[in-house]
Amino acid sequence: MAFDFLIQLLVNGFIIGLLYGVVAMSFVLIYKSSQVVNFAQGEFLLVGAWACWWLLAKFSMPFYMAFLLTLLFMMLFGILVQIIILKPLIGEPIISIIMVTIGLSIFFQAIMNWMFGVFTEPFPQIFSSESLNIFGLNVQTAYLMSGLISIFIMISFALFFKKSKLGLAMRATAFDQQAAQSLGVSIKQVFAAAWAISAMVSAVAGVVFGIVNGISSGIAFMGIKVFPAVILGGLDSVLGAILGGLVIGLLEHLAHYIDVQFLNIGNLIRIAPFYALIVILMIKPYGFFGTKDIERV
Amino acid sequence: MNLKNSRPCGDFRTSYNRDMTMFDDKKGFYLTCLGILFLIFSPLLLDSYLISLLIYIGFYAIAALGLNILVGFTGQISVGHAVFFGFGAFASAWLNNNFAIPVFFCIPLAAILTALVGLLFGIPAARVKGLYLAIATLAAQFIMEDFFSRASWFTGGVDGASAEPLKIFGIFFDTDTKYFFIVLFWVVISFILATNILRTRDGRAFLAVRDHYLSAEMMGINLTKYRILSFGISSFFAGLGGALYGHYLNFVSIEEFNIQLSITFLAMIIIGGLGSVRGSIMGAAFMVLLPEIMDWLTRSLAGTPIDNALSLSEAIPFIKEASIGLVIILFLIFEPNGLAYRWGQIRAWFKLYPFSY
Repeated sequence: MAFDFLIQLLVNGFIIGLLYGVVAMSFVLIYKSSQVVNFAQGEFLLVGAWACWWLLAKFSMPFYMAFLLTLLFMMLFGILVQIIILKPLIGEPIISIIMVTIGLSIFFQAIMNWMFGVFTEPFPQIFSSESLNIFGLNVQTAYLMSGLISIFIMISFALFFKKSKLGLAMRATAFDQQAAQSLGVSIKQVFAAAWAISAMVSAVAGVVFGIVNGISSGIAFMGIKVFPAVILGGLDSVLGAILGGLVIGLLEHLAHYIDVQFLNIGNLIRIAPFYALIVILMIKPYGFFGTKDIERV
Repeated sequence: MNLKNSRPCGDFRTSYNRDMTMFDDKKGFYLTCLGILFLIFSPLLLDSYLISLLIYIGFYAIAALGLNILVGFTGQISVGHAVFFGFGAFASAWLNNNFAIPVFFCIPLAAILTALVGLLFGIPAARVKGLYLAIATLAAQFIMEDFFSRASWFTGGVDGASAEPLKIFGIFFDTDTKYFFIVLFWVVISFILATNILRTRDGRAFLAVRDHYLSAEMMGINLTKYRILSFGISSFFAGLGGALYGHYLNFVSIEEFNIQLSITFLAMIIIGGLGSVRGSIMGAAFMVLLPEIMDWLTRSLAGTPIDNALSLSEAIPFIKEASIGLVIILFLIFEPNGLAYRWGQIRAWFKLYPFSY
């Protein structure tokens, strides 16, 4: 019984971890290309999820249409946030950047609560069956789909950065802004694209999370859970973000297992990633794949 | 962005001693004295609601001052200031309830206890900087919140802790008007203390660490020591503010010291002005008054078509919250130097009146 429970938790941890990985990836994308630490990543998820829910519930659209419209909306949303809020702050000290994204996160969270209420709203039914039975394990269809979608996003990310022109331009900008600019890369376009893609990917994660657990402002907490993942993987590594997300997802579910089976202190699932974060910062502050700063303290 | 330390036109300093004075000039000293004098007599003039707002401004200002020493003067970002504020509140209640120490002594003792905890947290924090420090303190915020909810011997767990009202010579300071003087006393003490800390060698070392830590280290400043010390001093003021808060409400609950409060503290110092002692109190006043103004605005709009369209009256808590976020963003974009800088500009304008620019 206990063993089954462990396996079940680990499967859930893996899938949630993939989702963390996706959010972490979109966080890293912004950090890498525009050097902005986005504390409002969680609110991107929230806005995306609510937008999709609104289209589904109020206009009873078919899911794919609502989903596409949400992506379009989030693209514009990301670009607008970048142009209106972040652009005037280019070159400001890091505390200003951190604070402005924190301000954004408070603002959007309040606005979302105002518009949609503080209670958890379930997503309209999308899949015909609630859960599937795979190798004797009960896996929710939504979980399975979210895992598949996450893997799909990751693969398309990899292809985008390897093959497409914009992807190459973004990598060049991340590597050396001035050199990229002198070779004709439009930095403005790259920044806008980074924010647009990040917002879109976050929205996908938000919708998936909303389908699994229902939408509430709790989704925004994903934006904070993302920090252990990105620190573990290294702040500027996309691959690291995915791995970090997976490790944190597995770790917190493992902690939950230990908590339930042996310790019985409760709430460990919520707090374990932050202990991990402190430990990682102490022993390996640049993570698995992060660039080491030459300046040392 | 380097405007932060530049003085307005016409503000001359011709000697080092002149530069190290507590007040810019005689007029500043008299104005401050006048302000304190006004506050001493304010309970006669203002009703108890306004006095309670002043009390809130008081203990938030003390805590914001602590955060400003850490962030504004030493350049260490902390997103977990609220837990030190909370620790001070719990520590004071705990000392009073378990060791029967009079509340009057509990408040500074709690501040010292919080400073020790801050020093402890400062040791790992001194190893990382900038963004990493912000994330580390964010983690500390959640870990400490978790600690508050677990350590029922210290905080009373979910029931919270009760804090006795303050009592000196048999007089209970349990009404707003009476408690106001206690808060005023500590505000004056802590602002004098902070100003003087920043005039010493240690205070100048903080500025050096902020401006360029490598150069500072080369000049013989022990970075680790000053980073940790800054955490300690900042926690001291946070704890002091928290203890005053606890004995004002007579009840400390574990849910109040969340990340929202930490962000509010950061907002206070950004709006007031990073690296300005005076700015801390301005920012605290601004952040305490902002929800009140929003409240007042919403209520004065009641019944109008705008209200009917948006159902404002039900949304007051969200409007308050959103306004905090919006104000942070607007200040960072349009007035990154904060209110203190603007205040200096206004004073300079009057000083140089016909020829100011």
